[in-house]
Amino acid sequence: MLIFDNLTLRHGGFKLSADTVFPAGDVISLIGPSGAGKSTLLSAIAGFLSPASGRVLWQGEDLSDLTPGQRPVSMLFQDNNLFPHLTALQNVGLGLRADLRLSGQETETCKAALAQVGLDGFGDRKPGALSGGQQSRVALARVLVADRPLVLLDEPFAALGPALKDEMLDLVRNKLHAAGKTVIMVTHDPADARRVAGLSALVAGGQVAGPVATKKLLDNPPPALADYLGQGWQAFRKRG
Amino acid sequence: MAHSAVPIVPRWPGAAAAALVLLLTFGTLGAVAWRAEWAGGLAAADWAAIRFTVLQAFLSAAISVILAIPVARALARRRFFGRDLLITLLGAPFLLPVIVAVFGLLAVFGRNGVFNGLMEWLGLGPVSIFGLQGVLLANVFFNLPLAIRLILQGWLSIPAERFRLVATLNAPVGRLLEWPMLRSVVPATFLVIFLICLTSFAVALTMGGGPRATTVELAIYQAVRFEFDLGKAALLAGVQFALCVSAAILAMRITSEAPSGRGLDRTVQRWDKARVSVDSLWIIAAALFLLVPLAMVVLRGLPGLMDMPVSIWAAALRSVLVAIGAATLCVAMALALAVRGGFLVAVIGVLPLAASGLVVGTGAFLIVFPYIRPADVALLVTLLVNATLALPFALRAIAPAAAQVREDYGRLGASLGMSGWSWLRLVVLPRMRRPLGFAAGLAAALSMGDLGVVTLFAGQLEETLPLAMYRLMGAYRMETAASAALLLLGLSLALFWICDRWGRGNADF
Repeated sequence: MLIFDNLTLRHGGFKLSADTVFPAGDVISLIGPSGAGKSTLLSAIAGFLSPASGRVLWQGEDLSDLTPGQRPVSMLFQDNNLFPHLTALQNVGLGLRADLRLSGQETETCKAALAQVGLDGFGDRKPGALSGGQQSRVALARVLVADRPLVLLDEPFAALGPALKDEMLDLVRNKLHAAGKTVIMVTHDPADARRVAGLSALVAGGQVAGPVATKKLLDNPPPALADYLGQGWQAFRKRG
Repeated sequence: MAHSAVPIVPRWPGAAAAALVLLLTFGTLGAVAWRAEWAGGLAAADWAAIRFTVLQAFLSAAISVILAIPVARALARRRFFGRDLLITLLGAPFLLPVIVAVFGLLAVFGRNGVFNGLMEWLGLGPVSIFGLQGVLLANVFFNLPLAIRLILQGWLSIPAERFRLVATLNAPVGRLLEWPMLRSVVPATFLVIFLICLTSFAVALTMGGGPRATTVELAIYQAVRFEFDLGKAALLAGVQFALCVSAAILAMRITSEAPSGRGLDRTVQRWDKARVSVDSLWIIAAALFLLVPLAMVVLRGLPGLMDMPVSIWAAALRSVLVAIGAATLCVAMALALAVRGGFLVAVIGVLPLAASGLVVGTGAFLIVFPYIRPADVALLVTLLVNATLALPFALRAIAPAAAQVREDYGRLGASLGMSGWSWLRLVVLPRMRRPLGFAAGLAAALSMGDLGVVTLFAGQLEETLPLAMYRLMGAYRMETAASAALLLLGLSLALFWICDRWGRGNADF
């Protein structure tokens, strides 16, 4: 499990506190208004932001002294998740070996991962020759082959249309979650959380609350979440 | 503990490059000063050189800017066949060896040139090109295109909506749009050219000379070559450094942002009426001024190209080898500095602009090769100096690209756990191929055309092509010089083209 032990993050005038536990092996959404610190929390887990105080522990191990590359973490960003000058297969290979010196066996593993995300035979293409959805699949394949149990998704599918985004979220559920990875995803859209996340944590007002079961959180939103979701959501929920 | 948001790059390449640049700028100056026998301060002649340096730089910059304004305006509002080609050609003088340009200018404006033929036909006496007017002519030839490009950039940076707004108001375009733009662009352009002309050596060596037309850099040359007065050389180098730094600080305070070379291919659509004839006249005059001297080089050089003595071809080979070495070293240093980034790197990167190439060369001899006959290592020192002097231009091309790669992919690389070496090999080099190729081409072409420190120490067996050409001109062997000029021109452009072409080789950027 992922423990936030009295964690305080500061970034300019911004402050976020977290003192909670995320269970391992689940898909957990971070939901809350923009600017509340969802991405900031991911940055701290990934090692891009040092906490002002407190610690982050994964399976009992303190992550504080580990560089981003040493942490048991794969991260997908909003953009630039693939290197445009490398082929799809090479981009996947980076998840296995960051120096790309892949053995024959490792190459086969990468090809299999591409096949798993529905890109069998696309290994030689460069990202420029792939659609937006296919690019996201390559990035997911890389996460799949990496020996890193924790996956952070900082809205990597935000630029995709609704149908494609749902496809990607299903892949997250059916491949990453099924492979035993712990997925933490930032989302603006409660529907995304409902679709894939068993648990959701609310990031609002400088605090991280939860995680609790997504359905429970969205059916009875606390005031901070209700404000964010707005009247339309309330009406929609009552009607539904 | 804070973690770097980019893969950790080893410190030593950047540190080594920085140390080498510092050694070659301040270190060489120190070495020259150390070995000097101090015989007193600046003589009257030195003060005259300082005054002349500032005067010629001031006038060159002023003339370039004043002439560039109408040409840039004409280019900004006219679309005609060959416009893009002309604008591309405006970038070429930077790659042009000074000695080649001087040869072309002499062919047009020299005693037996086309221009004086015209004057005689009109019944006017011949005009001498040597002295201040010659230095100005050559400096304007080199810097007018730069001024035109910078000011054209200013014109094209005025949003099209503003021209539309002014047109609907029926207001004067000049006062509302053009004058404020010029007020911000012209001073910066003036200072850049002033700075470039402050260190002019090859132009002064060929077009100036004599007590009345000696620049500081030329005075350094004379002090080292004829008097071996290292004290004076060091002192003058210090003066030159101070002059350049003052001008650079002034330029930095005035320049708000570095004008980029992008987007020069469009025209401003505007609705006020202007006479086409005036614009055409300016464009034709500027094109003639820039192209006729180059055409003369080609015309005069072509006939004898195959009859050149073997020594010229040998000099050409030496120049090419030096250029390749200098470009390699320069790009390696620039890359090492750019990958590290930071303020100190930026400062180190512009230092060579203010350094005296001759003092760098002399100092390098004193530091690195104190017991060797200078001629034996003349080419090696030339290589070192050329790499250093081209560094600011290479860094200008490479540093923004390096910062962009860090910005775009730094976090991804770090989160994948890439080592510094993997990062360089798999991400930085492939993604920066284009600016690297451009910078290498620039450095190679600059080195190819360099007529600086090599003039101090090279004997017959160490001659580079520009030096061989200079000596041919000094001996009035103009036909061979013409062919050498054409060869030099071709080689410089070819080196640039090959490197730049390599950089553009990858389609997915």
